[in-house]
Amino acid sequence: MQRFVPLVIVLSMFGLFFFMMTDEDRNPNEIKSVIIGKPAPTFSIPGLEPDAPALSSADLKTGQPVFVNFFASWCVPCRAEHESLMALAREHGARVIGIAYKDTPDRALAFLDELGDPFTKTGADLDGRVAIDWGVTGVPETFLVDGSGTVVYRHWGPIVGDGLEAKVLPALEAAK
Amino acid sequence: MMRAFTALLIAIAMSVAALSVAVDEKPLADPAKEAMARDLMKELRCVVCQNQSIEDSNADIARDLRQIVRERIAMGDTPDNVKAYLVDRYGDYVLLEPPFKKSTYFLWGSPFIFLGLVLYMVLRSRKAPVVPKPLSADEQAELEKILGKREEDK
Repeated sequence: MQRFVPLVIVLSMFGLFFFMMTDEDRNPNEIKSVIIGKPAPTFSIPGLEPDAPALSSADLKTGQPVFVNFFASWCVPCRAEHESLMALAREHGARVIGIAYKDTPDRALAFLDELGDPFTKTGADLDGRVAIDWGVTGVPETFLVDGSGTVVYRHWGPIVGDGLEAKVLPALEAAK
Repeated sequence: MMRAFTALLIAIAMSVAALSVAVDEKPLADPAKEAMARDLMKELRCVVCQNQSIEDSNADIARDLRQIVRERIAMGDTPDNVKAYLVDRYGDYVLLEPPFKKSTYFLWGSPFIFLGLVLYMVLRSRKAPVVPKPLSADEQAELEKILGKREEDK
């Protein structure tokens, strides 16, 4: 019996490693957000449209949950998730704020003209400093801020596949 | 031949200097502060490239973070202040050396735990060897018989 002990140890380690390798919540590229549960960072940036009012953290405290999506026209995965953002805004009536990360306003606007504009308000984070305050490591990233201005959820990477149904919408329900 | 070789060596040495990333950016005017900033950059993880420090990463965000480090050092922040600023945004992950706190006790302690285990195993295997029972009279007789036979065969 005792000679099976090494085999059992090896097999259970194999199982453990396999589980850890395939567990989606253990993506080594995804750094756990540390601003969840904290008030959204304060910021004030120009709007995307030439004559638009500035976008600031005051726009997040509306009493309603609001999404903050960091995107860029040069970002391919942003293109992939755009459909999900459109569905969020159009079908689920969510307020989505778009922040163009290190993008020229005219290119960001052309991107929205081409694919549709899901955003209630937009801003231009020209030097990427607002994104750093939110702990963004790359676009796209989407945050959910509840009515009191507290960050309650962060979606790392594009919202594709069942991400919208399985993660984003439940988070929105919970924030309402 | 020797000349060409020397020239090649010099060319390689120069290209290595060109590869060190943080040099191509505007350093701080104060050399002491620049040195402080550069040392700090070596301790900060580039958040998109796993185990590279922002000091030797080419990533866009690493450049932004280097700029932040320089700005804050120039403003008079201590390296600990700058670290705290970045940990507020990216968590402890941004530090290449994890801090010693409750959630990392096991991480820091694990080498000692394993060392203890190995010591235990070594000491256990070194225990006094089991002394075999002395032969019984019958066995002794048997042994002598066999040995005696062998002597005769020779």
